[in-house]
Order: sequence, then structure tokens, then C-alpha cells
Amino acid sequence: MSKGKIFSGAFSAVGGFFDRFRRQSFAYPYVLWMALFVVIPIILIAVYAFTSSSGGFTLDNFSGMIDYAPVFVRSIWLAFVATVACILIGYPVALTISRMSPKNQRILIMLIMLPMWINFLLRTYAWMSLLENTGLINRFLASIGIFDLINSLHAGDLAYTPITHFQLINTDGAVVLGMVYNYLPFMILPIQSVIVKIDPFVIEAAQDLGANSRKVFRKIILPLSLSGVISGITMVFVPAVSTFVISKLLSNGTVMLLGDLIEMQFTGAAYNPHLGSAISLIMMVIVVICMSVMNKFGEGEEQAVVI
Amino acid sequence: MKKNYVGGKIFAALTYVFLYAPIVVLIVFSFNSTKSRTIWSGFTLNWYKELFNDSLIMSSLQTTITVSVIASVAAAVIGTFAAIGFFNMKKNWRSPLLLVNNIPVVNADIITGVSLSLLFVSVGAMLHFELGFGTLLIAHISFDIPYVILSVMPKLYQLDRNLFEAAQDLGCTWFQTIYKAIIPEIMPGIINGLLIAFTMSVDDFVISYFTAGSSVQTLSMTIYAMTRRRISPKINAISTLLFAVVLILLVIVNVRESRQYKAEIKKDKVLKGVLE
Amino acid sequence: MKKTVSIVICAIMLACLFSGCGGGKAAKVVNVYNWGEYIDTDLLEQFENETGIKVNYKTYESNEQMYSVLKQGGVSYDVVIPSDYMVSRLINEDMLEPLNFANIPNYSLIEDSLKNMAYDAENKYSVPYMWGTVGIIYDSTVVGEVDSWSALFDEKNSGNILMFDNSRDAMAIALKYLGYSMNTTDENELNKAYELLEKQKPILQGYVMDQIFDKLESGEAAIGPYYAGDYLTMHEANPNLKFCIPKEGSNVFVDAMCVLKNAENKDNAEAFINFMSGTQQSMANSEIIGYTSPNKEVGDVIDIDDFTKGIMYPDGAALAKCEAYINLPQETLNYYDKMWVELKS
Repeated sequence: MSKGKIFSGAFSAVGGFFDRFRRQSFAYPYVLWMALFVVIPIILIAVYAFTSSSGGFTLDNFSGMIDYAPVFVRSIWLAFVATVACILIGYPVALTISRMSPKNQRILIMLIMLPMWINFLLRTYAWMSLLENTGLINRFLASIGIFDLINSLHAGDLAYTPITHFQLINTDGAVVLGMVYNYLPFMILPIQSVIVKIDPFVIEAAQDLGANSRKVFRKIILPLSLSGVISGITMVFVPAVSTFVISKLLSNGTVMLLGDLIEMQFTGAAYNPHLGSAISLIMMVIVVICMSVMNKFGEGEEQAVVI
Repeated sequence: MKKNYVGGKIFAALTYVFLYAPIVVLIVFSFNSTKSRTIWSGFTLNWYKELFNDSLIMSSLQTTITVSVIASVAAAVIGTFAAIGFFNMKKNWRSPLLLVNNIPVVNADIITGVSLSLLFVSVGAMLHFELGFGTLLIAHISFDIPYVILSVMPKLYQLDRNLFEAAQDLGCTWFQTIYKAIIPEIMPGIINGLLIAFTMSVDDFVISYFTAGSSVQTLSMTIYAMTRRRISPKINAISTLLFAVVLILLVIVNVRESRQYKAEIKKDKVLKGVLE
Repeated sequence: MKKTVSIVICAIMLACLFSGCGGGKAAKVVNVYNWGEYIDTDLLEQFENETGIKVNYKTYESNEQMYSVLKQGGVSYDVVIPSDYMVSRLINEDMLEPLNFANIPNYSLIEDSLKNMAYDAENKYSVPYMWGTVGIIYDSTVVGEVDSWSALFDEKNSGNILMFDNSRDAMAIALKYLGYSMNTTDENELNKAYELLEKQKPILQGYVMDQIFDKLESGEAAIGPYYAGDYLTMHEANPNLKFCIPKEGSNVFVDAMCVLKNAENKDNAEAFINFMSGTQQSMANSEIIGYTSPNKEVGDVIDIDDFTKGIMYPDGAALAKCEAYINLPQETLNYYDKMWVELKS
């Protein structure tokens, strides 16, 4: 028997407290890491937000914020619409998937995650090819004669200008579509993972007691899956409200969102990191408020995030 | 007893079409003989050939892979130890630390990126270093670790608390306890965390954009620069290749995992038998 | 044992930390920061082969973007190629290093009219790289013939119009159309220009920079303002495209090569600037990117057709109506920033 073994044997004899203390020290390097690269940067944002470029304390960065109110309103509104759309699409899909056999579920879930392996910029760019005035969708509609049909309906109308395409891109709708497309998996996955965990016996028991499928859904599945919906909402809303790429690509620079505004302050034309930090800070506060309201409704987020 | 839920299935099928439509477009046009993104003008493999001569794309691909591999492996190591540490902490310590751990996951990418770049730039001004591969790597490790911890923690909770003691009673050193008893048990969690971290690193654009500086460029950054003008079909080609690789890997991993799962159940039984 | 492990982890973390500091100091490099699509890339290779200096080449989208990247710090470029007004802003903010013209003998080849210009009156900091004009590029089969900025504000072109995606260039067009100077600081004039842009926004297809290539070439859009040199590139892909310098006058610009303050590779940077100013290189560059070279020998020897030459070297009458940007005072710049966000939100 080696010395090490004798010593460690002696240690374990000393008692649980000591062991526990030693084992928890495994986390110390990471605690240091978090302090350096998570906590300090956020403190820096706050410091920048409350200082001017000359270094003194100021509230100017916030007092000018009212000018940007339309950007805040628009970002939050578009992100809200996208989140609601994700729930309306994601929930039924998650429910449908969770009713499949375990093997099929695995494959279907994999197919949900697979697109994430193609760079999101490219996928969004591909939507441009689809949605443009001369894009694939408009070309297809033209080739089957939709526009001719519409134009012929207005044949006698002199004030009518014939249309050659539908305006799909460069609209708020296109931006919302980009958000839904990119973040839908983050809604489907947590909901599905919660629904599968519902004990089938509970459902069976309810059915035995005479509940029809609608009632089973309303009284059992829906309440028990709410935590999944809530973590889905967080995972969709936060990136949607802060995106700057999707709006740039699908609105051709005509829709400015919070992300664009922040990006513009740090790397864009109007270089002002102090203002940018102030906007970031407010955005963070909004997100924290939204989430703490959310978390009142449900728990178990930790598990759902892991997927 | 089971209903067929036809409506739900059709709806789900349409959703899959929605998810894959742009990908199909992207793959199809990687074989297009002209640069057009919307007009099909004939089949070619030229873009795949030219791809390998494009030094910008190849070097950014290399950067992406290097950063993602190093960052996800480092995150797996640091994260696993951190998770074991957290697991052994008292709850009133653990809870706030896990909360901080969650910040990069929940926070908007742009804020994570911007805050890190503020840190790097201001510290860099003091210590005379610049944004570059090092800062990019630190940023990636930072946002990767939480995913490892979040996927290792549940595995630790599933462990028998007595495993630590039991292993030591059997004469294991500290290192051996971790290495021989704990790690194998939580391995699926570590692998899962590593894969999530790797995926996150490869797919990341926003955080890299703010922390990479002037000397390095990841594939996402190259693609973004191109979207500002015009995406070369070469990028479609490389994405198609990566997609194919991932698809193949996923199939292999899936087959392996289902085997592993069976082996695990077996091992579980054996281990429990020994402990009892 | 566990202690060793945590020490090792700490060491790895520190190593990661400091790998950021080291930064690969290769033998001889020069870090160049230029506009996107603004060089014949073969020249970079040629320069590397001739001098053994490795070129780290990065690009930006607009003067303002370049400025913010430099301002933020954490990057090390040696050579930048901003436009006239940005050169003078960089000079004012003490961000440029005076050049040692002994290292740049090819400077003597630069057209005299392009030396000692207002943005760098004593010509201490910059060597012209290219010059050119801004005009309207349009598809005559869609929007008809165009000779005025008014076409960009005309409702009949609704949905087909593109506009510059930066405040300075967009405002310049509105100001010019209204008959004001594009360098005005008069708030009244600026407000009128802003109102015009606001009225224009609903009929725009989008605000773009280099995306305009794709949109005009593919026919997705039909009219937009851009640089004469880029028109030549677009014309190759879509022969329906035409170019005009509007009768109200336009912007004439000079992009000039400068070396940044405290550049680590100043000698290499000057070697690069000298190389790019050579007649052979200027000509090759000009032929590829379509912009006009400031090198006085190039105009005589360059092998281009009359059509191309007409675009590259516009006639004196058109040029006389054009105006160059000067650097604006800080309040006006602030006004530009604020109005730009307002316009877009």
C-alpha cells in the first residue's frame, strides 16, 4: 500500500466536513474565472453607462434615451410577436413529437437541431433569396400565373398599376419571420422535453376517471408543460429582442432594432461606447424584469435549458 | 386507444418544411454554375474545387475549428471540475454561484460580447495586448463553460452520494476517486456538455465579432463580411460539406449512444451489486 | 493530488490569458485596413513576394466604421485608407503619423492637383490611393433616363430605390438636391435635408452599402447612388445599367493611404504605400477596381476603352460642379448621428 493511500485513508477518517471542503475547492478556479470574465465585464458596462468619455460621472447617457424610445418599443414589439408565433407553432409541434415512439422522437428532435449546424447568417441569407422581389417565391408565383390572374381581375381599372411581385422582404413581417425561423427550435426543444417527462399513468388515471382528451390536455398536459413554455419564452425573447443581424439582412437597413443601436455605438458610425453601455444596461434590466415575472409562473428552468 | 392526430402531424410536417426550405435552397445553389442566388443555370462542382484555393475561407474555417475545439475541451475540463465543486458546496453558496454561471446563457449575446470587449480593451491598454486569438478563445471558453456545467450537474445529482465515500473506503486517493469512480459515471453529461459547447462555439457570430479584433477571423465573421456585399457560392459549398459531415457524425453518435445506453444499464446493475 | 489538478487548471487559465498578450510577432508584417472590394488582391501577393513582408489585410465598410474600430482600440493596423474628410478628422485627433517621404519615392508620380489638398494641406500624412465621383447608377429599362438626384425621390420609382447606408453620404445627396453645400453646418438646411430623407424612406427598397452590387446586378433594385468605379464592375454583370453625375453636382472624393500613430511596422507600411503608388501597380489596381488612379502616368498608358475612360476620367464641366467633403465640427456630427437613428426608427 502506497503512502498516498494511507494518507487519504487517514483523511477520510477525519470526517465528512474536511472531504467536502476539499472537493468544493474544485470549483475555485472557475469561480475566479467567472469573477474575471462574467462579473467584472458587466460591472464595466455599468461603469461606462454612468460615465462620460472624459471619465466623470454623468447621467447624460440616460437622459438622451427618450430619443431612442421608438427603437425600444419596436424591438420589444417585434420580439413579442415572434415569441408568440413561436409558441403557437412550437407547442403543437412539440406535442405531436412527444406522442411518437421514443425512437421516432429521437430522430425528429435531431432533425429540429440539425439546421442549427448551418451558420445562422447563411440560413437567414437564404431567406433573402426566397423572399426578394425577384426571389424564388415571387418567381414561383409568377410562373404559375398568380400575378397575371390578379392583374386580370383589375383589367378595367385605369388607376390600377399591375403588380409583378408581392412585397415580402424589407418589411417588419420579414424580420419577425427571420426571428421565428432562427429561434423556433429553442421553443420546441424545452416544451417537448417537459411533455415527455409527464407520467403516462397520470394521464391514464385521468382518462379512467372519465376525462376526455380535451380535458386531459387542459387539466394535465398544459399545466405540467408550462415550465417548458416559460423557458422557451426566455430562450426566444432574449435573442430576438437583441438581434442586429436578422434585421440588417431581412429589412435592408430600414428597420433599426436595439441590437443595431448598440452595435452602432460600439462598431458603427456613431462611436459612443458610453451610450451603448447605457442602452445595454437598460436592455438587461428589461430582460431581468421579464424573466423574474416569468419565473414566478414556473420552475425547473435549469433542466429545460440543458435540453 | 391511441388516436392518430393527423392534423398535428401535418402541421409538424409543414414546420419541418419551413425549417429546411432555406437549407435546401442553400445546398441546391452550391451546385449552380453562375453566382446567382435565385436563377438556376446549370450544374457544376466548380465552387467545391475553388473553395480549397480560397485562402480567406480556409483560414477562417481553420480558426473556427481551432477555437471551437480548444474552447470546448477547456470548458469541459474546467466545467466538470467546477460542477463537482459546486455539487459539494452548501446550498447557500451553490445557488448564487449557479446564478452567476447562468448569466452568459441567459444574457443577450450582444451584451456578453460588448462587455467582454470592454474588458479586453481596457485591460489590454494597461498590459499592452490586443484583441486577437487569445481574447477570442477566452470569450469562447467563458460562454462554453456554463453549458458544460448545466449538463454535468444533473448527472451528479443522479449519482449515489455515497460513491465518494465508498471509493475512498476502498482505498482510492482523491484523484483516483474522481478519475475512476466519478468521471466515468458522469461521462455522458460531460460529452453532452462538450458537444453543446462545441456547437455553440462553431455557430457563434456575435461574441466573436466583438472580441476577435483585427488579426483573426472566424468563419461566421467571414460570412457576415460577405453578406454585406454578396455571398459567394463557395460559402454555400463549404456549408454543405459541414452539414454533410455533421449529419454523418450524428448518425454514428446516435447508433453508438443507443449501444452505450444499454451498456450503462448493465454497468449500473453491476456497480450496485458491488456496493451492496 | 487534487491540489496539483487545481494548480494545473489555474496555470492553463493563466496561459490562456497571456496567450492574448504575446501575439504572434512574425518576422516582417504590415497590417492593412482598407475598404471592402477595393484592391487587386494579386498585388498583395506580388508585394509579399517582392519584399518578404507579409500583409495582414482586413476590410471595412465605411469611414465611420473604420473610425470607431480605431477609436475603440485593441487592434493594430499600420496602413489605413480613409477618404478625404476622414483623413482630416484623424489628423485633428492626432491619430496619424507623419510620413517619411524619403521612403516613398513614388510620391513624385502623384498628380500635382491631388497634392496639398484641403484635408492635408501640408501633405504630411497622406498619399492619394484612388479618387472618383459619386453618381447615380440606374437601369434605364426600368426607370428611364436620369440626370438629376430627383429620380431618387420620385414616387414612380418606389420600391426600386436604394440609398447610402451612412449618414454622411445620404445627407450629402439630400443637401445637393436642395441646392445646398454638402458641407453645410446651417441647422435650417440640415433640417430640410432630413425632412427630405424622411419623406424618401417609404419609397426606398433599403439602405445599403456594398450590397448594392448584388441588388443592381440581379435586377432586384433599379436605381441607387454609388461610386463611379463600382459602376464599371456592375456594368460588366448587367449591361442595362447606366451611370450619371447628376446636374445638381455630386461628391468628388480622394481616398488616401495613411500610417497610424504608433504603428508597429512603420517602415513596412511606407514600403507598402510606395509599392501601391508605383505606375504598374496603380494601373493594375485601377483596371481591376475601376476607380481612378492619382498616378499621372496611368491616365496615358492605361489600356481601357473609351466608355470606361469616360467614366473614370469625367469631363471638367461635370467635375467643376462636384464638391469634396471636409471634416464637420463635432456638433454637426452629433446632429448627423441623432438624425440617422431617428430616420431609421
